[in-house]
Amino acid sequence: MTQTWGWLKGGIVLGLVFLTAVAIVKPIGVSTQYVIADCLIFCNVDPALAQEIPQEDGSVIYKSSNPYLNKSKGKYVKAAKNPGNYGFVFVLAMFVGGWLAAKFGGPTVADDEKWIPRVWRENIGPSWGKRMAGAFFAGFMILFGARLAGGCTSGHMMSGMMQTSLSGYLFAIGVFTIAVPVSILLFRR
Amino acid sequence: MLKQIILGLLFGGAFGFVLHKVQATDPNKIVGFLRLTDMHLAKVILFAIGFSSFLLFIGLAIGLVPASHIHVKASYLGVILGGSIFGLGFGLGGYCPGTTVAAWGAGRKDAIFMILGGLVGAWVFVLCYGWLLNNMSWLFDSVVSINETNKITLADTGNIKNPALFSLPGIVVAGVIAIIFMVAAFLIPDQIRNTTTAS
Repeated sequence: MTQTWGWLKGGIVLGLVFLTAVAIVKPIGVSTQYVIADCLIFCNVDPALAQEIPQEDGSVIYKSSNPYLNKSKGKYVKAAKNPGNYGFVFVLAMFVGGWLAAKFGGPTVADDEKWIPRVWRENIGPSWGKRMAGAFFAGFMILFGARLAGGCTSGHMMSGMMQTSLSGYLFAIGVFTIAVPVSILLFRR
Repeated sequence: MLKQIILGLLFGGAFGFVLHKVQATDPNKIVGFLRLTDMHLAKVILFAIGFSSFLLFIGLAIGLVPASHIHVKASYLGVILGGSIFGLGFGLGGYCPGTTVAAWGAGRKDAIFMILGGLVGAWVFVLCYGWLLNNMSWLFDSVVSINETNKITLADTGNIKNPALFSLPGIVVAGVIAIIFMVAAFLIPDQIRNTTTAS
């Protein structure tokens, strides 16, 4: 069995995952779940951030002292109060999916790749601290950016452009205008 | 509730599995795509979008996919600026918010630091949002103004919440776009430029 999939097979299967997701549930999106994970941590520190208010008719109203978490009738608060929901389980399952793919059929990650990718080692150097600091900073930027944009590669680019959403094209223009020159300048070798 | 969890496990698991199989979890492949030296992932993504879009609009046209399942995001200026900030981290780190989770599962440990940075970045945005709304409200101004929410598509999906820019039947517009994407996936060469020094 070939370890990796060629672009055509990979494109077809990836496309089918996005298609069946929208047909059966809703479009795939990942970056929102980082906010839910944050709320699981910080909303316990400050309970005003996540308020669950039972109503007389049996329904529950979700509110937050934070204007972002309070958006869309407190949907973020609701999800954080009920973490066994589709979107959050979806992202946790992505970890399992990656693990299964590496375990059964591969490709497995080479030992010298586990902490520092080859392209980073060859261009930036073998320093562990530099890679981890770089990855942390990069992670900060992609999620800050994705939250400002309202979605990331999966929600805006894949799901969005599949639905011919204008926002998907705007996001892609923003991403590649910066990411391509940054990558070309940073990784010359 | 249980149904939601099972669906989440199935789709999330499948998505993570496929991301690893097409090597989207490999920063070497992401950087290769972004610096145009290895276009494998560009071909995967272009074909996946074109192929899924084509089938989606057929499904919408024959009523197999309910138009209510369409969820389109608003088109405001922050989408472009947020995309650019995203692009900086993407070009530097070589992971997306989703691929980094699957990459950690597959055994890449630097992905953990990317996720930690992501959790902090997302939370800083949550804390900044009120201030941005008051002081930089232009970020949330619409790029094209059609209705209140401006959740605009190019092709008509049949969902009244989402006005289409082209008034032709949705399958025609989406079909043309999908074919362009799929043909582009075939035409793009494996490599557009070489690295400056051989390694």
